[in-house]
Amino acid sequence: MTIPTQALRRDKAAAEQVADRRSLIDPRAELLALERQGELIVQKIDREAVIVPTKYGREKRIQKAHLWHHKSCGQCGHIPGYSTSIFWVMRKLGYDYHDPEDQTSCTAWNYYASATSNSAAQAAVAVRNFAAAHESGYFPLIHCGTSYGHYKEVREELIHHPELRAQVRDIMAKLGKPLVLPEEIVHYSEWFHALRDEIAAKQVRDMSGIVVTVHPACHYYKLVEGDAIYDPDIYGGQRTAVVTGVAQALGAEVRSYSTWFDCCGFGFRHILVQRDFTRSFATLRKIEVMKEEANPDVVLTHDTGCVTTLDKSQFAARAHGRNVGLAVLSEAQFAALAMGAHPYRVCQLHWHSADYRPLLEKMGIDWEQAWGEFQSDLRRLESGEKRYLDWADVDG
Amino acid sequence: MTAARHAETDAHYKAPDVAGYAEVPHEAKVRLFEQIKGDIRFGDYLYGCYECGVCVAACPSARFYDFSPRRIAQAAAREDVDLIYQQMQEDIWECSQCFSCLRCPRGNNPGGIITIMREVAVSNGLASAKEALVGYSRIIYKIMSTGTQVSPDMLRPDAFLDWGPETGDVSDNLDLWRRALPPETMHTTSTGWSVADRTLVELYVIWLQTGVLDMIAEVDRDLHSILQELMEERLEEEGIEL
Repeated sequence: MTIPTQALRRDKAAAEQVADRRSLIDPRAELLALERQGELIVQKIDREAVIVPTKYGREKRIQKAHLWHHKSCGQCGHIPGYSTSIFWVMRKLGYDYHDPEDQTSCTAWNYYASATSNSAAQAAVAVRNFAAAHESGYFPLIHCGTSYGHYKEVREELIHHPELRAQVRDIMAKLGKPLVLPEEIVHYSEWFHALRDEIAAKQVRDMSGIVVTVHPACHYYKLVEGDAIYDPDIYGGQRTAVVTGVAQALGAEVRSYSTWFDCCGFGFRHILVQRDFTRSFATLRKIEVMKEEANPDVVLTHDTGCVTTLDKSQFAARAHGRNVGLAVLSEAQFAALAMGAHPYRVCQLHWHSADYRPLLEKMGIDWEQAWGEFQSDLRRLESGEKRYLDWADVDG
Repeated sequence: MTAARHAETDAHYKAPDVAGYAEVPHEAKVRLFEQIKGDIRFGDYLYGCYECGVCVAACPSARFYDFSPRRIAQAAAREDVDLIYQQMQEDIWECSQCFSCLRCPRGNNPGGIITIMREVAVSNGLASAKEALVGYSRIIYKIMSTGTQVSPDMLRPDAFLDWGPETGDVSDNLDLWRRALPPETMHTTSTGWSVADRTLVELYVIWLQTGVLDMIAEVDRDLHSILQELMEERLEEEGIEL
């Protein structure tokens, strides 16, 4: 048999033109191919979008407005200022959105904690949410890093396993919904990164004196890694650009530390029923290392579990005399503060555990006065003057 | 390799009776491994092992436990059913599911293999699964019945004493502080946000149609009964027959 040298040379030359062959992996193209075969529906980006680079060079489009907010269990449940800050920044930039009630959790926190589910159920939960977004006409924006990572895994499984597609299609048919996936799976921190210059243009507080360390969230950039945003101008493209890009755009000083790749210690089941591990890892491998090597004013991160773990783990470590005591915020809260958000009405910092007050003082925020203002809001609720606070109260 | 042979050659191996769970026939171990191998994801998660240790170096659980993602990948690649059974009883619940082990230069996903092993442990009611989920039932109930996971009213000082006095502040002021949140969907206390009734019914259909409720029966019969009654009643109200 003759060796097809011409064909080999042609293929080799084609491959060598691509900086990294993993950049040829394009889930968007695979989804569109499946749509052409009638296998599923792809919800398209249909508004103005910002193009950002991903790890292996694929361009990802981030829709700016008309977004369906896929909320996060932990953010809404015990860090509500995280979600509120995302909404607030979007409102301040003038972009419309939908905050749905026909959304469930992705249920992945439970899945990674207890395994009391399976790939078909997880895919059906994801697709049901995506179908709800599709029905509304708004494009999904995922608040939680684990939801984002898990949905990317689900997308991979649905693309490569026709039997799973058939099973999910049957379940969706019982719900009267199609098998639908969005053209891009987008995390809120990607939206913040893509719009960081617009955010900075609305900045009213000086962040140039603030030193930041960044904890990149594992489920953002380790699961289906090729989909995460990397930028050659940030860390030379060697770490994900999200969070750091926003902090730098706002003028803060970002300092590195040696254990940046380590997870926070959340552990999914550990944070709930085996917290000795979580507390130890979060303080010994993250907070203490950051303080010793970078001495920051705040650690910024971009996922529910990471904010929770890094914030809540410090109290017990302090009792052991460890070198802790570092404010922990999402970059959404940090950006909101930079844009003039109220630390309690918007960022809801009273739900946090690690002391954030020195950080506010360094930002020039009188937290005692702000707390007094929030207390007066609460008195209006207690007196029955209002049942709920709304956006008009916050912006006023 | 038999369990006895393992004990002779592997310093890490503990005989089941020493480790505190029942030994099972070899055929039962083979059957469990066949379930793991039969998962549609298994072939995407395992390609062999260079034995380089990159996954162990990146693994947070390996720093605190006698745990190794490399041993998980190696046991699966060698189809060593004795060791796999031991890992299902002793190791898999120590994994943090952070997926730092995806740094593997061979393209393995030890964390993903563990996800599958855990699923099989739950589906077969293994002792390790029951033990790992002690104290966790209320979380499963919350997520399966309400569609959101950790709700604001779970933030109680007795459950999260180590999170500091702020947890008590949240608990003491919960209703008021929730009403002070500007997004209309977040005034809830027993769920993270307001989930529509119809949406919950759709979620119940998913749990029932995919066998997830049956999995719960293997690890917690009481919880299974409560969830089954709740879901069947709601589906009946909606006139849905599966």
